[in-house]
Amino acid sequence: MLRVDVEKQLGEFSLHASFTGEGRVIGLFGASGAGKSSLVNMIAGLLRPDRGTIVIDGETVDDTAAGIHVPTWRRRIGYVFQDARLFPHLSVAQNLDYGRRMNGLAPDPAQHKRIIDLLDIGALLDRRPGKLSGGERQRVALGRALLSKPRLLLLDEPLGALDEARKLEILPYLVRLRDEANVPMVYVSHDAAELRQLATQIVMLKQGRVTSFGGVKVLT
Amino acid sequence: MLEISPAEWTAILLSLRVAVVATLVATPFGVALAWLLARKDFWGKSVLDAVVHLPLVLPPVVTGYLLLLTFGRRGLVGGFLADNLGIVFAFRWTGAALACGVMAFPLLVRPMRLSIEAIDRRLEQAAETLGAAPWKVFFTVTLPLALPGVLAGMVLGFAKAIGEFGATITFVSNIPGETQTISSAIYSLIQTPDGDAAAGRLVIVSIVLAIGALIAAEWFARRATQRLHGN
Repeated sequence: MLRVDVEKQLGEFSLHASFTGEGRVIGLFGASGAGKSSLVNMIAGLLRPDRGTIVIDGETVDDTAAGIHVPTWRRRIGYVFQDARLFPHLSVAQNLDYGRRMNGLAPDPAQHKRIIDLLDIGALLDRRPGKLSGGERQRVALGRALLSKPRLLLLDEPLGALDEARKLEILPYLVRLRDEANVPMVYVSHDAAELRQLATQIVMLKQGRVTSFGGVKVLT
Repeated sequence: MLEISPAEWTAILLSLRVAVVATLVATPFGVALAWLLARKDFWGKSVLDAVVHLPLVLPPVVTGYLLLLTFGRRGLVGGFLADNLGIVFAFRWTGAALACGVMAFPLLVRPMRLSIEAIDRRLEQAAETLGAAPWKVFFTVTLPLALPGVLAGMVLGFAKAIGEFGATITFVSNIPGETQTISSAIYSLIQTPDGDAAAGRLVIVSIVLAIGALIAAEWFARRATQRLHGN
């Protein structure tokens, strides 16, 4: 479960958003500049709200009135960025293992194998990120985030940098993730068709405000 | 003609020892400072930056004299260290290492700073979202990606340290076997009749060391670009 009620002033732009997400995939929908990325960065702890609270899975990670701000690295979230952000000095296998090592988790070969199979990245393990295609990179980034065992997965336009053909290549993996990985997700997109396929609940943002909220029907 | 005499070997080995110690001791400070200058905004940053670069623009004899005033036997810091910890810099090879370290510091820090500035901060953010505490982010992402720049800085610092003359001779004088480095040995030799051949040999050694360092620094810089592009 995710509860967000935050205010943030970013230059001329003011963001004031409040919603409670219960669904498996909360779709954050809006045009570019609506404040989607800022909102996700606040959930991740990369951006600090001016006022408000954020509660992930029952834990208050932000509460400005109480002076609470849990740093990103202690939030146990996964974040898939539009630009993958794989570590260029590490192999794919080392990238996938990074979150587990940083969190001091014991190796979990069964989970490891399940996610590698789910994303079809077994053949890439020895490669360097520089030698991967855009779609492969994004699949590895998904695996890397999942293997850190997050309690919430944030995806900020994960298909945004890919062309149509690549999008169609990745989309089925995301659907499988939703149905099999058992991690709640916040999925940011400006593409209604994408969200219709993936989201179970929609939060619509317009110029920093939540304009509608509900099932996928609100997209029409 | 090309036979290197024991006295010349002494100067060469002393120079190497002084430069290696100066570089190794300066490196952790250099990395910390480079990171601070590249990544943090704080009050007095430009002053700190200027102080670091001061040895580059001050006359070396001035730097040496300031070191003598500070770290000499009767200096504020030197007196304290000698009385309480038994560490003496004045007229010792350790003093030569200190002088060389100070003179080399701006050259050592610069490539380190540039390579840290070139790292995409979004990679560090990604590391944080994966559960890495800030110090872990530094050691697993920032430092490995900056490593070629760190090594390049060390090589340049070493090259500067091994050739340093003005500050060293002012601070610790020119004592054969203790503080006489290649540079001060050459200086003594060219003031001695019949010293030309020996001076010539040491000059050749200096040139070889300097060119070697430049080639090494260039190689590390090229590695840095490859690393950042993930090939």
